[in-house]
Amino acid sequence: MDIIKAIEAEQMKDSVEEFRIGDTVQVHFKIIEGQTERIQVFEGLVIAKKNSGVRKTFVVRKMSYGVGVERVFPLHSPRIDKLVVVRKGRVRRSKLYYIRDRVGKAAKVQELIKKKRH
Amino acid sequence: MLGLIGRKVGMTQVFDDRGVLTPVTVIKIDGNVVVSQRTTDKNGYNACVLGAEAIKPSKVTKPYAGQFKESGEPKRILMEMRDYDQEVVVGDTLGVDLFKEIAFVDIEGTSKGKGFQGAMKRHGFAGGNATHGSKFKRGLGGTGMAATPSRVFKGTKMPGRMGGEKTSVQNLRVVKIDEDKQVLMVKGAVPGPRQGVVIVKKAKKK
Repeated sequence: MDIIKAIEAEQMKDSVEEFRIGDTVQVHFKIIEGQTERIQVFEGLVIAKKNSGVRKTFVVRKMSYGVGVERVFPLHSPRIDKLVVVRKGRVRRSKLYYIRDRVGKAAKVQELIKKKRH
Repeated sequence: MLGLIGRKVGMTQVFDDRGVLTPVTVIKIDGNVVVSQRTTDKNGYNACVLGAEAIKPSKVTKPYAGQFKESGEPKRILMEMRDYDQEVVVGDTLGVDLFKEIAFVDIEGTSKGKGFQGAMKRHGFAGGNATHGSKFKRGLGGTGMAATPSRVFKGTKMPGRMGGEKTSVQNLRVVKIDEDKQVLMVKGAVPGPRQGVVIVKKAKKK
């Protein structure tokens, strides 16, 4: 089993951007079309993280022209060029699937504002 | 034919050259040595005898150890490969780099034993309705005709032992080769349990 662990460790990125469930993130995803390569930005709310090791994935949800769009990204994918946290969210659960059933203001996640410590 | 003896290590996922997460089976090739050669003049056919995995010399019988006189230490697994493509000499050590240029492989292994199984699982029979007052659920149905021939033909598909037999999968893509670890990664599943012996061959149909 150690061989498998070593192979997985090789595949993993040394450092990944830290973000949490409820954060709004920008995923800069490389798209390869034949010879050319371009970067597409997918911005939305992180509603879930799943699995572990190389298989770790996260789900980003956004509203596109009134339609909800969800994309699953492998966290360690070499095709993720950059990951930017735009806004931190204050949530109390690890899977925000309830957002799917809500529209408008109800589908918002409160921003996380950390109090300064004295 | 071009082949090596290996052991299935297990499955995982890796990013391939296009950055797509691919399911792979990891196969470890452990010290394959050419034990002897079969030639047309002497044996009537061409083949290369490969041995793999070291075994304590004290663990083997003298007749078995005698086969390794020319190649050195005795090996746990012995296998003949018909019409070997590569030019080899007795005593040569073969590694995974043999598959460097090869894109597709066939893999042979012994499937996991499933025990005594019914006709539905073993032969893919449809069975009957599970509900609606059905009195025929997972049975196999008829097994023959009537007064003539008044017997059941040999080889009729019936319940019985399933698995534990030689199984091949063809045209598995080689995703990665790691020479340091002597490991081969192929896309998809391979027959047999983890630690099971498998034979990796160059794909016949590609």
